[in-house]
Amino acid sequence: MLTIKNLSKQYNGKVIFKDLNVTVADGQILTVVGPSGIGKTTFLRVLAGLTKADAGEISLNQHPLLLNENRTGAEVGVIFQDFNLFPQYTVFENITLAPRIVARQHRRVYQPQAEELLAQLHLTEQRDFYPFQLSGGQKQRTAIARALAMQPGVLAYDEPTSGLDETTTQQVVTVIKQLQQQGVTQIVVTHDRPFADQLSGAVLDFGTDVVR
Amino acid sequence: MHYLITILPSLLAGLKMTLGVFALTLIGSLPFGILVAVLQRSPVALLRGVLNGYITIMRGTPLLLQIVFVYYGLSLANLVTLPRFEAAVVTFILNYTAYFAEIFRGGLQAIPSGQIAGAKVLGFNRWQTLWYVTLPQVVKTVMPSVGNEVINLVKDTSLVYVIGLGDLMRAGNIAVARDVTLVPYLAVGALYLLLTILLTVLMRYVEKRLNYYQ
Ligand SMILES: Nc1ncnc2c1ncn2[C@@H]1O[C@H](COP(=O)(O)OP(=O)(O)O)[C@@H](O)[C@H]1O
Ligand SMILES: [Mg+2]
Repeated sequence: MLTIKNLSKQYNGKVIFKDLNVTVADGQILTVVGPSGIGKTTFLRVLAGLTKADAGEISLNQHPLLLNENRTGAEVGVIFQDFNLFPQYTVFENITLAPRIVARQHRRVYQPQAEELLAQLHLTEQRDFYPFQLSGGQKQRTAIARALAMQPGVLAYDEPTSGLDETTTQQVVTVIKQLQQQGVTQIVVTHDRPFADQLSGAVLDFGTDVVR
Repeated sequence: MHYLITILPSLLAGLKMTLGVFALTLIGSLPFGILVAVLQRSPVALLRGVLNGYITIMRGTPLLLQIVFVYYGLSLANLVTLPRFEAAVVTFILNYTAYFAEIFRGGLQAIPSGQIAGAKVLGFNRWQTLWYVTLPQVVKTVMPSVGNEVINLVKDTSLVYVIGLGDLMRAGNIAVARDVTLVPYLAVGALYLLLTILLTVLMRYVEKRLNYYQ
């Protein structure tokens, strides 16, 4: 369970959100919606420990997360808007780099796990492709596989449908729902309301639910 | 032709010295250049200031002066007396580290911040991020500039003649003065040219190998 208590953030005196309280149960989806520029990405970055919070607490399964740049570990998996895949590595290498280097797993552990993720995300054929050789949807799924390989407690997406066509958007919906079936806790930041509706998760509307 | 063969052994001995200074300078200054570029991003302002000062001095004064200063100057000031070869190599490493640091600093700055964020959320620490994520991308982008400096270095090694080190240039000088002919200079020029052409081909090959991704 992800618990966010009294989370506050401002930029140069401009309040982005204040005393935000949210909980997301295991295997649930929280969609974070609202117009552009309202603070959704900032919220995701604070959750991921990339941007410092001014106040508040975040805990994942009763275990508190640091809310500044000293955060270590990979408890919050992030699918960035432009994916941030490592261009010099293949799909397989992108997925296995952190398990190998950060988690220091043996090849016997990370290899079969990566093959399984590749199969699940329909990337087996692209296993040895470099990011520049992938379509938008394939990049997206590689980013998901890369995050899942570190078994994060929560998976957070920033605008996962931006730049994707309708067919690919439907594939994203399918993937997110499949992961939900497997018990993955997910937070989906999006300004795409029809897409958010399809996920039928709890909704946090930054336009109306957030104090500023 | 016969004359060329008679001077060839001394020219080759000089070439060996030139290659020695060249190779040791590269081996020293490339890693130090990367290190200085990384440390220039340190949060410690004093460290950044010291490194900036060092780079400014190294790039702002002639290499020839630096060589003379390290060899004669330090010894006159009763600080240390380095043998010729060591003095030359130390000076070249100090000088080229500054140039390589500038190149790598630019390369590091050009890495999109998303790459670092991407590594961070996967749990990579700073050094792991540098080694596995950013540095390989920097190496690719700076390779053409590094290649330029490598070619410059070949030619710059001829400056060691001022402290009497027996490099290729000095071997040529000696033969010219002794035999009163310009042929040794032509031979020396041909050898430098051969060296830079070989290195250019090698650098092109490395660049091509690094171009496997975009
Ligand atoms: N690093 C920053 N420094 C100052 N202001 C920022 C920074 N990042 C975002 N902002 C501001 O915070 C607000 C919310 O931005 P963002 O979280 O990107 O919105 P959204 O993702 O909902 O479009 C915007 O007004 C933006 O200009
Ligand atoms: Mg955004």
